[in-house]
Amino acid sequence: MDKMQTDILIIGGGAAGMSAAMSVAENSNLRVLIVDDNPTLGGQIWRSEMGKIKSPEAKKLIEKIEQNEIEILNKAQVFAQNDEKSLLAETPNGAVQMHFEKLILANGARERFLPFPGWTLPNVFGAGGLQALVKSGLSVENKRIVVSGTGPLLLAVAEYLKSKGAIILLISEQTSRMKLLKFGLGLWRIPKKFFEAIKLQSKLQRTVYLTNSFVIKAEGKENLEAVNIVQNGKNRRVECDFLACGFHLVPNIELALMLGCEIMDGNVLVDKFQETTLENVFCVGEPTGIGGVELSLTEGKIAGLSAIDKKEKAKELFTQKEKLQRFANALNETFSLRDELQSLPNEETIVCRCEDVTFGKIKDFNSFREAKLQARCGMGSCQGKICGSATEFLFDWKNESVRPPIFPVKLENLVD
Amino acid sequence: MKKIKLQINNESVSIQEGSTVATAIFESDAKTFRKSVSGENRFPLCGMGICFECRVTIDGVKHQRSCQILVREGMKIETDG
Ligand SMILES: Cc1cc2nc3c(=O)[nH]c(=O)nc-3n(C[C@H](O)[C@H](O)[C@H](O)COP(=O)(O)OP(=O)(O)OC[C@H]3O[C@@H](n4cnc5c(N)ncnc54)[C@H](O)[C@@H]3O)c2cc1C
Ligand code: FES
Repeated sequence: MDKMQTDILIIGGGAAGMSAAMSVAENSNLRVLIVDDNPTLGGQIWRSEMGKIKSPEAKKLIEKIEQNEIEILNKAQVFAQNDEKSLLAETPNGAVQMHFEKLILANGARERFLPFPGWTLPNVFGAGGLQALVKSGLSVENKRIVVSGTGPLLLAVAEYLKSKGAIILLISEQTSRMKLLKFGLGLWRIPKKFFEAIKLQSKLQRTVYLTNSFVIKAEGKENLEAVNIVQNGKNRRVECDFLACGFHLVPNIELALMLGCEIMDGNVLVDKFQETTLENVFCVGEPTGIGGVELSLTEGKIAGLSAIDKKEKAKELFTQKEKLQRFANALNETFSLRDELQSLPNEETIVCRCEDVTFGKIKDFNSFREAKLQARCGMGSCQGKICGSATEFLFDWKNESVRPPIFPVKLENLVD
Repeated sequence: MKKIKLQINNESVSIQEGSTVATAIFESDAKTFRKSVSGENRFPLCGMGICFECRVTIDGVKHQRSCQILVREGMKIETDG
């Protein structure tokens, strides 16, 4: 098995991971290695389009990373721990051992998906999911698309799809107009974000944006043909080609859990210096709580400085972080899920897509563990990453026990 | 832009370099990915390697996530269905 040795190992090459890497490189002579499972750096917000990064801010950051000779291992997915000071990743060329002195977890978030009748039909995608597919070449030109779910991502996705020639029929947002307005009024505290929001809105001006609204059903024989949308008790049926549907984000905590870091309210617990409850293991960006790109960047800087014992310098960033954290809290509150969404699935609606386990089969259990052992819910390839965050919302179940490998790997890489 | 030639369920497909296998399948006549354990046709959901709904067989290796793998010249892809 290949072995790599570094001082600071960073898992995740998104905003948080790249920022942490630069923070170490600019303030020390230590070796840094970034490991990421995508073909290129950038993470979610800066996902490359056909191999090219579009954002000038991201391009600059990547250029700096290259200039500073930070080592990068792409297409490598971390799946297990080797020993206290090394992790294992699977690459197209087999497994790799990565040895480190200090570890920074920057492995981001994923979308939350909620089950509703018809959500397993072909052409029902995640919102960020469809955006990612388009960035890798899927054409949406002249496709009629409904964007639905909750969160600021819906607007970003709608605007992106529109710029690629899609016809956005409507955006259906589950939160209330009241909550949105209250949130909007709070935006003035973060001017940069405010301007971004205005810009988005003006590009989407003629797009219907329904609040208090959600999809209750997707229909179609083979593929998606129409969705049923409800707003204030009124139903409407909308024929469409694609549905892009996501319910805000869920932190990826499995890696931290596997290592033994403490989790609090679904987020990796860190102190002010971004250190987890394990010594020399830091965590930054979305796994510590959904906060968006600017908070990810700031946390990355703090963790980089903390990891090289420049704590005084790290402290200079605390005020900035607190401000962004307040914004993140308001954002998460604004887009918290309404209870009615818990009653969307019926008896036959599949909840666990890997094992085709229906709502009816699990609704009487008391825990995710019971549903796993008795109905195979969460026992498939995704290891409960999709149904686990759905059942957390539906039944208030916790899915906080993980066993390596945290992603399925080829047998030869497991036994190597 | 360079085109890559590959085979999807024995059909020859030519697609832009830098595309993922998932995109190539959407562009092909196959338009199927995996069949679920109860026989439903499934399509990609998350687009980022988490949900495993986009699994296909690539060069004889089963259960590969097509949304995460870039096309290569001469690849042989098989889908369920
Ligand atoms: C699908 C999706 C789309 C989004 N689109 C936008 C957008 O358009 N605009 C916006 O403002 N915000 C968007 N966001 C929000 C986004 O989370 C943040 O804005 C920002 O990208 C967070 O940066 P980060 O570095 O914390 O995490 P990420 O950008 O998520 O970076 C984490 C990186 O770690 C990698 N990774 C995870 N697990 C492993 C592992 N085990 N081994 C190796 N690598 C791993 C991931 O593939 C990823 O590249 C999106 C989020 C999601 C989930
Ligand atoms: S679409 Fe979810 S793993 Fe590929």
